[in-house]
Amino acid sequence: MISFSQVTKRYPGAGGGYDALKSVSLEIQPGEMVCITGHSGAGKSTLLKLMAAIERPNAGTVLVNGQNVGTLRASAVPFVRRNFGLMFQDHKLLYDRSVYQNVMLPLDIIGYAADDAAKRVRAALDKVGLLGKEKALPMTLSGGEQQRLAIARAIVHRPSILLADEPTANLDAAYAIELGELLRSFHQVGVTVIIATHDEQLVTRLQPRRIMLEQGKITP
Amino acid sequence: MKNWLRQHRLCFVGALARLARTPLASLLNIGVIGVALALPLAFYVVLVNVQGMAHDNTPAPQLSLFLTLEAQTADTREIESRLKKHAGVAKYRFIARDQALADLKAKSGLADVIGSLGSNPLPDSFIVDAKENSVTALERLRDEFKAWPKIEHVQLDSAWARRLDATLQLGRLIVLVLGALLAFALVAVTFNTIRLQILTQRAEIEVAKLIGATNPFIRRPFLYYGAVLGLAGGVTGWAITWGGLQLLNGRLAGLADLYGANLKLHHLSAPDTLSLCLFAAALGWLGAWLSASRNLTEFDPE
Repeated sequence: MISFSQVTKRYPGAGGGYDALKSVSLEIQPGEMVCITGHSGAGKSTLLKLMAAIERPNAGTVLVNGQNVGTLRASAVPFVRRNFGLMFQDHKLLYDRSVYQNVMLPLDIIGYAADDAAKRVRAALDKVGLLGKEKALPMTLSGGEQQRLAIARAIVHRPSILLADEPTANLDAAYAIELGELLRSFHQVGVTVIIATHDEQLVTRLQPRRIMLEQGKITP
Repeated sequence: MKNWLRQHRLCFVGALARLARTPLASLLNIGVIGVALALPLAFYVVLVNVQGMAHDNTPAPQLSLFLTLEAQTADTREIESRLKKHAGVAKYRFIARDQALADLKAKSGLADVIGSLGSNPLPDSFIVDAKENSVTALERLRDEFKAWPKIEHVQLDSAWARRLDATLQLGRLIVLVLGALLAFALVAVTFNTIRLQILTQRAEIEVAKLIGATNPFIRRPFLYYGAVLGLAGGVTGWAITWGGLQLLNGRLAGLADLYGANLKLHHLSAPDTLSLCLFAAALGWLGAWLSASRNLTEFDPE
């Protein structure tokens, strides 16, 4: 379970900085599918980053599975992040490594046995339809394929929570539909799926619980 | 455990691969470290050789115990039994005063002058070889013997030993200072190399941290790289010194022939070589650790 209570996040800058989130409180139950929507700069990405301890709140508490991730020691942060599968807006793929190696990375980090890891990588690549492109470099993939590669990397270690930041941002309509179905399939097997998006069509298709953000505040 | 070993093996192999990927840069880095290490190493090797030669080619310093002129046979026996029992004495030789006079006559050609003396002016004496030839041990023996009964004078020619000792100590100090300075250079070289690697791998490190890599996990390949770099530098330094010695030995052999002597410089002993390699690897590791620790914190959450 994820719960925010009175969370404020301020980014420093000219004129006292700017509040990306203002006193945000919310709860997300295990297995839920949630879309966080709002305009650019409404605080969607910040919300995801606070969950995965990529940012720390200036005020309030962020609890993930009962753990206050805002006050964790730096050495404990990696273990919190392993609960999550993260899909970044800019993919953050490693372009000098093959598709296979990109998906292997989380398993290397966690320390899976070699044969088990190989099986999981293949399963993840199979799930997103990239099994035939194991040896390819990400640069040679299409935008949709890169996004699917990012998904494979996010889910290969079977996280309980999947965070996706603008997953359909650079996809054409057909790919976006395909991606929505993929996300739905994870939700159906019990993964908590949290999507930050301003893609109304995606929200309409998935019919998730919806959290609207406007200028750092939740609007009903 | 098996996974853990596998990860370390991968890091080690990865470090070798990374060295091989940029051969020229790697060679230059290793060369810099090798040269930096070769300098104090060569000094040390020469020092060890000089020490060895001094030990082999100079007679061990001896103590001469001169008894008083009025010493009787019983007194001589007493001294002899004390020498026999003494733990610090390796061997001793008695020279009776008559014997000493006869030797002097024979060797000096002053038979007439000596013959004109009414009585034998020379005392009985003992020549003592000590077990331990350090200056302090010899001087301790000298002071002890001096206090024995019927001993007039104890002669210890320790001046040369002191000089040699002082020179060797100076040499050791130079090796130490050079070694410390160039060890620092080695750490600095690895520090910078690793910093550049971290900069070029920013994306990879950032992604790894975002998906749950711990700092030790990210640091590990760099540490291996630093250690391998240091080790390769150590081996290079060893090889440079070896080459230098080969050159020198060729010249020395010619020179030694002219003097009818046998001069040859020996390279590091096996234990010293091992220590050198371990030391170089440890320094490389240290440089990498400092660099990685300093440069990885920027990825922590704010």
